[in-house]
Amino acid sequence: MVTTVAPVATVGRRSRAGLVLTIVLVALALIAPLLVYPVFLMKALCFALFACAFNLVAGYGGLLSFGHAAFFGSAGYVTAHAAKVWGFPTELAIVVGVLAGTVLGVVFGWIAIRRQGIYFAMVTLALSQMIYFYALQVPFTHGEDGIQAVPRGHLFGFIDLNQTMTMYYVVLAIFLIGFAIIFRTIHSPFGQVLKAIRENEPRAISLGYRTERYKLVAFILSAALSSLAGSTKSIVFQLASLTDVHWSTSGEVVLMSLIGGLGTVLGPVVGAVVLTTMENYLAQFGSWVTVIQGVIFVLCVLTLRSGIVGAIEDVLRRRSRRKAAPGV
Amino acid sequence: MSDFILRTEGLTKEFRGFAAVRDVDLQVRRGTIHALIGPNGAGKTTVFNLLTKFLPVTAGRIFYNDRDITGDRPADIARRGMVRSFQISAVFPHFTVRENIRVALQRVLGTSFHFWRSERSLEGLHARADELIEAVGLTEFTNVAAVELAYGRKRALEIATTLALDPEMLLLDEPTSGLGHEDIARISALIKEVSKTRTILMVEHNLSVVAELSDTITVLTRGHILTQGRYEEVSKNPEVIEAYMGTGHG
Repeated sequence: MVTTVAPVATVGRRSRAGLVLTIVLVALALIAPLLVYPVFLMKALCFALFACAFNLVAGYGGLLSFGHAAFFGSAGYVTAHAAKVWGFPTELAIVVGVLAGTVLGVVFGWIAIRRQGIYFAMVTLALSQMIYFYALQVPFTHGEDGIQAVPRGHLFGFIDLNQTMTMYYVVLAIFLIGFAIIFRTIHSPFGQVLKAIRENEPRAISLGYRTERYKLVAFILSAALSSLAGSTKSIVFQLASLTDVHWSTSGEVVLMSLIGGLGTVLGPVVGAVVLTTMENYLAQFGSWVTVIQGVIFVLCVLTLRSGIVGAIEDVLRRRSRRKAAPGV
Repeated sequence: MSDFILRTEGLTKEFRGFAAVRDVDLQVRRGTIHALIGPNGAGKTTVFNLLTKFLPVTAGRIFYNDRDITGDRPADIARRGMVRSFQISAVFPHFTVRENIRVALQRVLGTSFHFWRSERSLEGLHARADELIEAVGLTEFTNVAAVELAYGRKRALEIATTLALDPEMLLLDEPTSGLGHEDIARISALIKEVSKTRTILMVEHNLSVVAELSDTITVLTRGHILTQGRYEEVSKNPEVIEAYMGTGHG
């Protein structure tokens, strides 16, 4: 029968196509700063990593967190403080930031993981609002001013990050490492169980999986990688501010993942690039940006339910199926 | 070890004062097929959910292999060797047939938390998965997503997934509901085959399947046990005929 052979062939072809796509994208990322403003690219990369991390729990774990800004922003504050006040070398400042965000992730996850759907979203939102008000009040964050003039420093003591191009390639490297971790997680034995839980949680339980533990691990991993994105961003912009812990940042990362395609590997990257581009180039419209974003979001949800990448995947899948079974 | 693999004492479940299951003393003999029957709303599925801890019990105790499991969590029940199926066929829809079974097989590897390991490390399970797929007659669908299977085949896949855990005891919730004639014959044959080495407790509406397969029958009405025994005895019980079989089975 055709159906038995075709999927195997498609899988092989798909993984080869994936490899080619990866090489093309990495090559593009390497030459991109020659064509596009590097600081903008770095911002896009930080948000892309953030969105990918979010996608790990939302897209693959089925947990819609509405508090991811807490990890992103807190890690940024800790890294900025460590680099500026404590005088930590850059790499150590980032590590400390990631650790802080991860600890928050453990606490959030511990409290929220037993809830589902909208309740999970509300608990994470409430917790992240607590972080926001904490950040607003404590002296070390400098309230509305944020932590400014964070030194970029030298990576490992000899790579000068004050050079924009150097900084860009470091950010790219961090993004690729984070992305690789997420990609591997999705395609690991753990990822299989996580997807099984998303597909049918009662069934996963009846097979003997303690699903809450898997969700908790995924949540903590996601918090850690969101923290990595936040820490990196504070080094790039030499600033940690309230915006990054604000709930609207949590909303933005949801938006990025949805527009790009929740539960697809590349979707969040595409979504992050689209949204940061919009913010950048629509900045001249002032407060209209939000309105324009809103319209685009509504259109996306109405027309591309599975996001940009999801829609492309659907088209490709339909085409390959038509090729496999021409009679149908 | 006692003759009974599963035993309940005074099993009761109340939902806001309404007793869905009342004082049920169930005894399932090791190595038999035990059917739980009764009219709609008799509490059969609730009993299943209580036994597998998907619902907390209000009162009473559950013993599995003489061990009190009343306080266990649902995942632990599966680890002790008692695995359930669901009334509405429970598969992982976007997994292929093989992946569905592999997910059940992979738990015993102990690498299920290893997010740094490649998925390829699971390929060693394919041989066993393919055996199970063959046993339920799904070989030609090995790489097809479960969502695309016909209903009867989904049920077959579900049973294969359950068997992948090599359970000592299977709880089947209406294994033949919604199936056509041929599928019913296939699934009953499969259950019979499986029961050679295992104990089965099933909820079933199709009385010819019940008559053909089960060694013991428990009749449940309005949450309590009306009677239990062999099919021939139970089917002659006037109370049962009145409560359940009266119309369709006279």
